[in-house]
Amino acid sequence: MKLDTNARYRKSHEWVRKDGAQYVVGISDHAQESLGDIVFVELPALGKAFKQGDAFAVVESVKAASDVYLPMSGKIVAVNDALEGAPDLINREPYAGGWLVKFEASNPAEWDGLLAPAAYETEASKE
Amino acid sequence: MPFVPNTDADRAAMLAAIGAGSVEELFADVPSARRFPKLELPKALSELEILRELDALAKKNEATDSGAWFVGGGAYSHFVPAMVPALAGRGEFLTAYTPYQAEVSQGTLQAIFEYQSMAAALFGVETVNASHYDGATALAEAVLMALHAVSDRPRVMIPAALHPEYREVLATYLEAFEVELVEWTGPAAEAAKGVDSRTACFLVQWPDFEGEVHDLSGVADAVHAAGALLLVHVDPIFAALAKSPGSLGADIVTAEGQALGNALYYGGPYLGMMGATAKLVRKMPGRIVGEAKDKDGRLGYVLTLSAREQHIRREKAVSNICSNQGLVMLQSTIYMAALGKHGMARVARLCWDKAHYAAAELGKLPGFKVANRTFFKEFLVRTPVPAAELVAKLEKRGVHPGLALSRWHPERTHELLVAVTEMNTKEQIDLLARSLAEASK
Amino acid sequence: MNLTPEPLVYGLSSPGRVGVVLPESDVPVAPVPAWLERDTLPLPELDELTTVRHFTRLSQKNFSIDTNFYPLGSCTMKYNPKANEAAAAHPSWRNLHPYAPESLSQGALELVFRLQEILAEIGGFKAVSLQPAAGAHGELAGVFMIRKYHLERGDTRRVKILIPDSAHGTNPASCTMAGLEAVTIPSNAEGGVDLGALKAALGPELAGIMITNPNTLGLFERNIEEICRLVHEAGGLVYGDGANMNAVTGVFRPGDSGIDVMHFNLHKTFSTPHGGGGPGVGMVAANATLAEFLPGPLVVKKGAAFALATPAKSIGRMKAFYGNFAVLVRAYAYVRMLGAEGLRRLAENAVLNANYLKALVEKRWKVKYGRRCMHEFVASGDIAEGVHTLDVAKRLIDYGFHPPTIYFPLIVPEAVMIEPTETESKETLDAFAAVLDKIADEARDNPALLHDAPTTTPVGRLDEVAAARCPVLCYRA
Repeated sequence: MKLDTNARYRKSHEWVRKDGAQYVVGISDHAQESLGDIVFVELPALGKAFKQGDAFAVVESVKAASDVYLPMSGKIVAVNDALEGAPDLINREPYAGGWLVKFEASNPAEWDGLLAPAAYETEASKE
Repeated sequence: MPFVPNTDADRAAMLAAIGAGSVEELFADVPSARRFPKLELPKALSELEILRELDALAKKNEATDSGAWFVGGGAYSHFVPAMVPALAGRGEFLTAYTPYQAEVSQGTLQAIFEYQSMAAALFGVETVNASHYDGATALAEAVLMALHAVSDRPRVMIPAALHPEYREVLATYLEAFEVELVEWTGPAAEAAKGVDSRTACFLVQWPDFEGEVHDLSGVADAVHAAGALLLVHVDPIFAALAKSPGSLGADIVTAEGQALGNALYYGGPYLGMMGATAKLVRKMPGRIVGEAKDKDGRLGYVLTLSAREQHIRREKAVSNICSNQGLVMLQSTIYMAALGKHGMARVARLCWDKAHYAAAELGKLPGFKVANRTFFKEFLVRTPVPAAELVAKLEKRGVHPGLALSRWHPERTHELLVAVTEMNTKEQIDLLARSLAEASK
Repeated sequence: MNLTPEPLVYGLSSPGRVGVVLPESDVPVAPVPAWLERDTLPLPELDELTTVRHFTRLSQKNFSIDTNFYPLGSCTMKYNPKANEAAAAHPSWRNLHPYAPESLSQGALELVFRLQEILAEIGGFKAVSLQPAAGAHGELAGVFMIRKYHLERGDTRRVKILIPDSAHGTNPASCTMAGLEAVTIPSNAEGGVDLGALKAALGPELAGIMITNPNTLGLFERNIEEICRLVHEAGGLVYGDGANMNAVTGVFRPGDSGIDVMHFNLHKTFSTPHGGGGPGVGMVAANATLAEFLPGPLVVKKGAAFALATPAKSIGRMKAFYGNFAVLVRAYAYVRMLGAEGLRRLAENAVLNANYLKALVEKRWKVKYGRRCMHEFVASGDIAEGVHTLDVAKRLIDYGFHPPTIYFPLIVPEAVMIEPTETESKETLDAFAAVLDKIADEARDNPALLHDAPTTTPVGRLDEVAAARCPVLCYRA
């Protein structure tokens, strides 16, 4: 499975990366592969606030629909509009063009509790 | 034993292949104390005998083909062309399953796509799903859909003149959720001003249970300005004559499709129709058929957007709906194709003209007054004596003048709901007027 | 099968074509207000023959029970007797208005009453409501009933419903619609409910359990009485999903084992036609504990007459009017033709056929749970490297068989669920097993045949991803 070494991860297959003062979120390569061809993504409204672990988006393939959980508490400041016309970006570039949202963290210390890439890989390989 | 081909020889051969001594052995997992209970049931009948018995039972009814019927209330006597049962009754349609295996279900799937297309044209929306159980459940699920789509708003405005049984079904479906149902009365445009930032949707029944056709100008604007959704439940024959709900700004449209080529059948099976704007399609429950191509570029049809449904989303699905009203929907599809652009408009026009003729004739009778400002095929008339009495008296002559409103609203004793369709002749309408005049002396 | 592309009705339309001719109007024209009248109605214009040919040709693109063996597990695709159709076609059923006075509907009311009684007897329950229009609708009613039972007793804590991981997706979805929380409990190695996990999940928040018996693996839940006892002792109630009743009619009455409320699918067990996706009837039956909560109205007997009545603590109405009456006529004709003896033979032959087919199939294919199955069994379709259940299913089509249920239940990887039903002959079962044998050979020697299948249908495998990404859901001019 491909990993982004600059990101940290949740057991539920989300990655998060620092982006200046904000954070970017997406789903891992392992996740996109198990879902199959993504057909649709439901993204939250700008400005909406979530707590760590809240479901903030839904990623749909033909045979499955998965909730995506926010790895840290925060407020949505940007959503990836490109996904509307090209949801397959998630399959092709899960760590780059397939990002889901950007948010402002309300509790940056939560970053420390997330899984490092190697630790995530170990977890995910168990499945 | 009818319908079972197995002979004793077949059974013996099969038991040998399985390695079991008897058929009873196959049920060893069933608790022995419960196995093979004696069922107290009537003796089995042959096909000839059951058809004879059911014939006798059927004759204990009086149906709309006997006498003059002006009864509506959400179920209407409309003409069903012979084509409809002839085609829908074909075994390849009747005994097919849900079209999950698209390659062997292109008949069903293309028919559904045509249904979705024609219904979308009728309603003025961009997508229509492949049916709910009936108009009432379609309406209830549409309200649930609106509550999900416009989240965190607990208020739903519904007409006071909503079909009472639809009101009951809505209450059942909303039972487990914290929803404020607020009734509105008066002109729709006025009532729509009551839509606020806590309101998820504003519902219109068009025409409503009392036959009234509200002017919907300005309603959508008021509803949308407050960030809510407009739901219109429309009579599908009316939709062939009137401006489409979609063109008037409806976000979600529902209907009872019984009127489109489906017999009365004592209340079911009927057809829940639901359509919505493209923006809302992924929030819409139920099956949906879409175009698809195979690797050789051949065009086909397939159940799509399935990720919304119960078999994938399970407890997170918006609805639990699985089986729908497939064959009834097919009948409506054939009906719409068989009548087509002109036929549908013609049926609607006949209903309009005949109902207005009837209303005019009844309005001439002493003590009778039509209550509606605008109506389609059903109207409310105030009667000089209790409506229930009139109904009982006329029944003896084989005339069924309508529904006494006291049936649902006990205090409204002098109101009669009269339905007139293309099935009623001028003779019948004149007989209705004469009979009511005599019975109300 | 008709392999020729068939245009849409819009493609067959021509301006001015007339289909059905309606009578001339015999009343004056009444004006329609300008603010109301529509300008155009974009519907097609076809002559009658074109319409008839169109839908006839469409029908010829379907597999159906009338034309093909259709071993869909848990769907019970048995023969739909034509006698049912004849019974339902009587004009005094067809043209009966639901709001006709009860005195003029005694025939219909009597039929519904008698069917209620018969189904209650078959299931071992006290009372039955025939109002729900589908299995999922019946489930929703049942879950509402359990919920109301607890609320009536002032217990607002009971919000959890236990559901085995093998359950049909409608089960948890119904819980959500009823505002209850679906809690999954695992199956044990034998395919039944894991009693240990069940005991651990009991508690003061337990509203009940939804259990399918026979379960979705085609196995009889041996611990059914123990499960009911445990749940009852913990203060919960038991909902039975009766989708698989075809295995046990006349052999076992679920009500006898402690189930409080249960639905049957009349369009499965009781032979009413599937119609391409409905209409069905999801009759819901209840024991003494829950009978007064059934959705109304039901039909009751008042002296010599029949009448509609709603139980005292009914959860309310599930749909307008009384239920899918035309479907009830069919089911009634069917059960009257079977009788008690016939119902038992039905289950016996359904189970015999399934076990026989299983004995043939498991020679080549992995069948999960080798023990005696009920009316269906689950095999795995991944018989060779690179070959999946989907490929096997599509190849079966080329041999003229509708595929079995695939990828369900979720707990068996590459699941293929096969239910022959009692209305199939031994020759058909032998032929099907022989084809599966052939496909096993093909999978080993020439898997391309499976990957490319089907090639004998109007279209091949459709690109569902593209269809879902850019949905085209209706005709555009």
